[in-house]
Formats: sequence, C-alpha cells, structure tokens
Amino acid sequence: MTLDLPLIWAGLIATAVLLYVVLDGFDLGVGILFPFARTPGERDVMMNTIAPVWDGNETWLVLGGGGLLAAFPLAYSVLMPALYLPVLLMLAGLILRGVAFEFRFRARNRGRKFWTQMFAGGSILTAVAQGLILGGFIQGVTVENDRFAGGAFDWFTPYTLLVAAGLVAGYALLGSTWLMMKTTDNLHGDARRWTVWGAAGVTALLAAVSVATLVIHPRIAARWGINLGGNIFDDTYWFMVQMETLLPLLLIPLLGLIGLGIVFVMGRKGSHRWPFVGALLVFLSGYLGLAAGFAPYVVPYALDFRQAAAPDNALGLMLVGTAIILPLILLYTAWVYYIFRGKIDAEAGYHH
Amino acid sequence: MGSSSVDFDALLLSRLQFAFTIAFHILFPAFTIGLAAYLAVLEGLWLWTRREAFKTLYLFWVKIFALSFGMGVVSGVVLSYQFGTNWSEFIRLTGGVIGPLLAYEVLTAFFLEASFLGVMLFGWKKVGPKLHFTATVLVAVGTTISAFWILSANSWMQTPQGFQIMADGRFQATDYMQVIFNPSLPSRLAHMLLAAFITTALVVGAASAWRLLKDRSAGVKTEGWSESRISLVMAVGLIAVLAPLQLIVGHESGMVAHQHQPSKTAAIEGYWETRADQPLHLFGIPDRGAQKNHLEISIPGIGNLIQGVPRDEVIKGLDSWARADQPPPLIPFFGFRIMVGLGLLMIGLGLWGAVLIWRKRIFHSPWFLRFALVMGPSGFLAVLAGWMVTEVGRQPWLVYGVLRTRDAVSPVTTGEVAISLTAYVLVYSVVFTAGAIFILRLLAEGPVAARIEPEPRRQRAPGTPLAKAPEDTSPGDPS
Repeated sequence: MTLDLPLIWAGLIATAVLLYVVLDGFDLGVGILFPFARTPGERDVMMNTIAPVWDGNETWLVLGGGGLLAAFPLAYSVLMPALYLPVLLMLAGLILRGVAFEFRFRARNRGRKFWTQMFAGGSILTAVAQGLILGGFIQGVTVENDRFAGGAFDWFTPYTLLVAAGLVAGYALLGSTWLMMKTTDNLHGDARRWTVWGAAGVTALLAAVSVATLVIHPRIAARWGINLGGNIFDDTYWFMVQMETLLPLLLIPLLGLIGLGIVFVMGRKGSHRWPFVGALLVFLSGYLGLAAGFAPYVVPYALDFRQAAAPDNALGLMLVGTAIILPLILLYTAWVYYIFRGKIDAEAGYHH
Repeated sequence: MGSSSVDFDALLLSRLQFAFTIAFHILFPAFTIGLAAYLAVLEGLWLWTRREAFKTLYLFWVKIFALSFGMGVVSGVVLSYQFGTNWSEFIRLTGGVIGPLLAYEVLTAFFLEASFLGVMLFGWKKVGPKLHFTATVLVAVGTTISAFWILSANSWMQTPQGFQIMADGRFQATDYMQVIFNPSLPSRLAHMLLAAFITTALVVGAASAWRLLKDRSAGVKTEGWSESRISLVMAVGLIAVLAPLQLIVGHESGMVAHQHQPSKTAAIEGYWETRADQPLHLFGIPDRGAQKNHLEISIPGIGNLIQGVPRDEVIKGLDSWARADQPPPLIPFFGFRIMVGLGLLMIGLGLWGAVLIWRKRIFHSPWFLRFALVMGPSGFLAVLAGWMVTEVGRQPWLVYGVLRTRDAVSPVTTGEVAISLTAYVLVYSVVFTAGAIFILRLLAEGPVAARIEPEPRRQRAPGTPLAKAPEDTSPGDPS
C-alpha cells in the first residue's frame, strides 16, 4: 500500500488552518472587543486571559504558511503574490498587536493608551485582512503558466468585504465566549452582552456570505446541487436544485445552526463554557461549508492539490517528522492550556 | 520573466525590503538565542545554589527577553511570508528542496518556543520550580534548533547540493541528508551560534558595567550591585573564551567559502586579479566599474597564508568571472573588515577582562568598565556586517551558481512593493523604537527592577510577566 501523500498533506494543512482560525480567532476576538471594555482594569484582565497562549496560537499560522510553502510550493508561489496587499495588512496587524502585549504594560500614560489602541487596531486589521484573503481565495485567482497573472487589487470586491465583515464578527464571537468562560463579575456580564451582539451579527453575516457565495459563484452553487442561470435582475433567471447533492451537504449549515443555538440557549441558561463550544461549532460549520465549495483546489479554480504538490520525497520526509512531532505539539499545547485553566482572578498573582 | 524596467524596479525594491526586514529581524535571534541559554544557566544555578542573586538576575533578564522575543517573533513571521509575496519564483522552483527544512523549523522549534514561553513568563506560580526550569531550558533548546534549520536552508543557498533540476526548471531533492548537511552548514552554524552567545554576553557585560560605573561615580553601592558584579564576571569570562574561538570558527567558515564560493572570497578580499601569491588588502575601495581597488593599503605576500593555502597556489580574482557574474564587492569587502575589526576588539575585551578577574581588579578598573560599556552593541554590528558579507557575497545568485536573484522575484508590481516597503519602514520605526526605549529603560533600572515584588496588588498592572507596577498608573488612567 502506498500513501497518498498529497491528499494527506492537503488534510494536514487544512487542519492546521482550521486550528489557527479558532485558536488565534479567540485571541484576535479579545483584541476586537478591547474598545468595548469599560475600564483599563478590565482590559488588563482581558489581555491576561490570552497572554500565555497567544504566541502558541499564532504559530499555527506559521505552520499553515510554512506547510503550504513546503507541501504545495506552487500554490504558495501563486497565492502570495495574488494576495500581496492583504497579506501585508495582516502582517502589519500581527506586528502591532503582537508587540502590544509587552509594550502596553511597559509604557506609561500616553504610551499606554497608544499601545492599547494598537492592540485593538492591530487585531481588527488582522481580522479584516484575513477576511479579504479568505474572500479573495474563494472568488478565485487568475493563473497563467503556473504563475499569478491577475491584478494587484483583484482581492478588493464587495464580496471580499462582506467576508471580512463576517470574519470580524466571528472572531468577536469567539473572543466574547472565551471571555465568558475565563472571567467573573462585571467583565463576565459584559462578555455575555457582547456574545448576544456577536452571535446576532454572525447569524446575519454568515447567511449573507452564504447567499452571496452561491449567487456570485455558480461553480460553488453547483457543488451544492444548486444550478443557477440567467440574470438575477430579470425574468430569465432560473435555478434548479439537485436534492441528492444538496441534502447531505445541508448537514453543514445544520451544524452551524446547532452551534448558534447552543450559544443563545446555553448562554441564556447561564452556562460559562457552552457558548464557546457553540462558537467553535459555528466556525467548523463555516469552514466545512466553504471547503465544500472549493475542494480539491488549493488555488481556486486553477490548481488542485495534486498539481501543486511538492515531489513525493519532500512530502514523505516531512510526514515522518510530522507523524512524530505533531502529536507531541498537540500534547504540550494541551498541557499549557491545562496549566492556565480556569477563571482569571483580577487580583491573583497571575504573573508569578 | 519579462525584462521591462518595471520588473527591475520591483526587483530592486524587493531586495531592499528583504534586506531591511531581515536586518531588523536578525538582531533579535542574535540576542535571544544567547539570552535564553543564559536564563537557563541562571535558573539552573539558582536551583542548585539557592543564591537569591541568581533569581534576581533571572527575573531581571527575563523581562528583557520577553520584549526581545516578542519583537523577534513578529519580525520573523514577516520573513516567512515574504518568501511568497516577494520571492515566489524562488519558492516555485526550489520549494521542493528547502520547503521541508523550513517546515521542520516550525515543527521542531517554533511550537516549542512559543508554548513553553507562556509557562516561562506566566507560569512562575502555576508550576513547580523544576518544571519551570524545564520550560526555560526547552525555550533555549527551541531557539537553537530554530537556528539550525534556518542556517541549514541558508547554507544550502550558499553551497547547494543533493538536488537535480527537472525538465520544467523546478528543483527536486535527490538526497536530503546532502541538502540539510551541506558543506557550509557546520562552520556557518557554529559561527552564528557563537556570535549569538557573544552578542548576549556583550550586552549583559555592558549593562553590568554601566551599573557599576554609576555606583562608582556616585560613591555608593545601590541595590543590585552584587548581582551586577556576578553578571559582569559571567559575561566577561564567556567572552574571553568564546571570542578567540570565534576567530578560529570564522576562519574555518572563510575556508569553506574559499573552496565552494570562490567569487565571494574574491569580493571579500578585494582580489581582482587571478594569481598566485595574493597580497592582503587591509584597506581599499573596490570599484566595479574600473575593476580595481582605489586607495589600496596592502601587505604583499601573505594573502595566501591568510587563506590557508600554499603561497604558489593560484587564488581566483574577480577577473575569473564575467562582469554579470561578479558579486558587488564593496559591501563584502567593508563588511568583512568591520566584522573582523570588531571581533578583534572583543578578543581584546575578553583577554583584558580575564587578566583583571585573575588579579581581582575587574570591579575597580573604570577604563575597563567603560570599554565593556561601549562594546555593548558591537555584537549586533558584527552580526549585521557578517550577514551582509555572506548575503551580498553570494550575489548575483540566490542559490549559488544555479538560480539568479533576478529570476526569483514575484510577478508583482512596483507599486505594490513600494507600498509594502513604505509600510514596513513606518511600522518597524514605531515598533522597534518603542521596543528599544523599553529595553534601555529596563537596563537603566538594573537588576533592582526584579527585586520589586508585584505587591501591592492594587497598583500592579497585569499584562506582562513578572510585573512591576508603573508608579504613575492609577485606575483612572486611559489605557
């Protein structure tokens, strides 16, 4: 039996990206919610809930990028120039929010206020840029002779802006449910309110993105068994649904609805933890829903994962190390989360 | 690739951008690799001897580590994406060969560092002292593993082997052991790790010397003086051993370049003429247009000796290559001389310090302390100079002899690169200026900063490891 190395690597990178989105998602979300905190003390606590883990969370982004480079160099070499400016925005955002953890504490007075704003602004900028990247990815990339051949602003469309708004709301929901789980008292109460707003925003934007994706990209709609034709603004418009394709895929949005239900119902019942689980399910649903539209492409809709894969000996070499090291990484990452489990006490000697 | 002037501008700006971002980035690994090891030693000594001074030093330097490491992480993420945004042809062609090396860096080093950094900075009361020490050691190990993979990838670009070029122009590895353990890796890795340790020792030594000088001029012993004495001796002792060793390792690295990258050696030495019995050029201004050096100051007859080859052996000059294949010699030539000059000063510092330690006079020699103080940033300068030598000396190749830099650039527009370069200059100016101010402020406070426990709690502003409350923060502050 021989291993299907490109398929395994496509799965591994997809998993790394999903882990990145939910892990860094909640700590980016905390940054997005920063402007809504009532006091500097609350912001301190919010930051403390993520300070020990954010760096590890962000490493999944480096693995996603590095893994794409190594396993699918062709995809990496097409996507990065295609998304040049949004990637720049994301990196600028990550720099500003990354250093803010230390700088905000070291700074005094005006400097402290500045780095507070940089943490919030950097988090929002990162989330927006990642939304533009995601939107630009889904709407497809122009490729000629294995090279990017589109324009510098192809990623800037109403559709990508809508996706960006959706991702910001999604991260905010992850952040607010994370804070519900990790905080007490007034801040916990605020986090509950943010969760209601966040969940409402996510519901609306997720629905809008879903509809927009299906209407704007007939190719994706066909994947879902929905064939569209004609012009949506006149009588020539038609569509046809293939139930045997659509029905099994409807489990994906159902998962999202269950997630939102958990957020609303369990949040109302006073649960501290279930809303976070619900938010994770919403992200899983959104992720699978998008993946169903563009798989098996790694550069939609030009290169599939087999065309873009590195030679088998490269994939094999990396798989050996990954099979040994990735379980270890998951193990000690889980251990670190375990060490820092439970509620943050604003007065506790947390840093010693 | 097309050859219009627009492409050329994007190429030039991409090169500028890479040089700018990597020059900033390298400062932090150069410091944190050594500092992580130093922290592991301090914590180990504290656990072993239970002397409070070691803990105080640990708590002091770990704050500086946290700031430096954070800046290293964010500037490093930029680089890992820049391969794709600006050098996509490089990855398209060689990704199958060096991609696994970069992936292994993430798997074996980044996660280790990032995860255990959290425990190291914030877990002081969450885990026992031994587990905390383990976390510190793992962070130090992670930084070193990271250096291994990056040096392996970069050394492969200098001395490529173990690959073949397929019909479509893409590279495929034929033997990864040859790729990873390429000829220049051992000497270059040793050279870089030594440079990191020496850089850290120079900073620690300078900070300690500054504190002792301040006390001396005030005529008092302020809190932290005994810790500063300990760290001064540790730093100077390390420099005394490592700086001479670095001269030997650096020479070895030069020998490897002489063998595998003769055009780099010719640029470094300012050799235009291929001949036996080369001179040693102490000074000169290499001029590519005139294909000669101006204002040469040379010692004839010893060039071959310095290169470690017999006097009658022919050493290639830049005239052995077509002009398009010559590296631009100005930066390698001067970068090398700056690096070696600083290295000799470091050896001098180490030897002088060793003599003073032996004669028990090191704390009472103001001229030595002043020398140690001004040498504080010299490690960073030498590291920058050395990397410029090796990277510019490799030109016009990105992968020596097989892939030209100009054939590796992304199909992006000049406008895009101009925007990104401007953005990086702006963001880095703000971030690294602020970071430098915070680090210098901590250094000025000295080890006493670590003594202050995070009480009283109401004043303590969280958001950082090992917190000391800024006195001027009250609950009403905007933050």
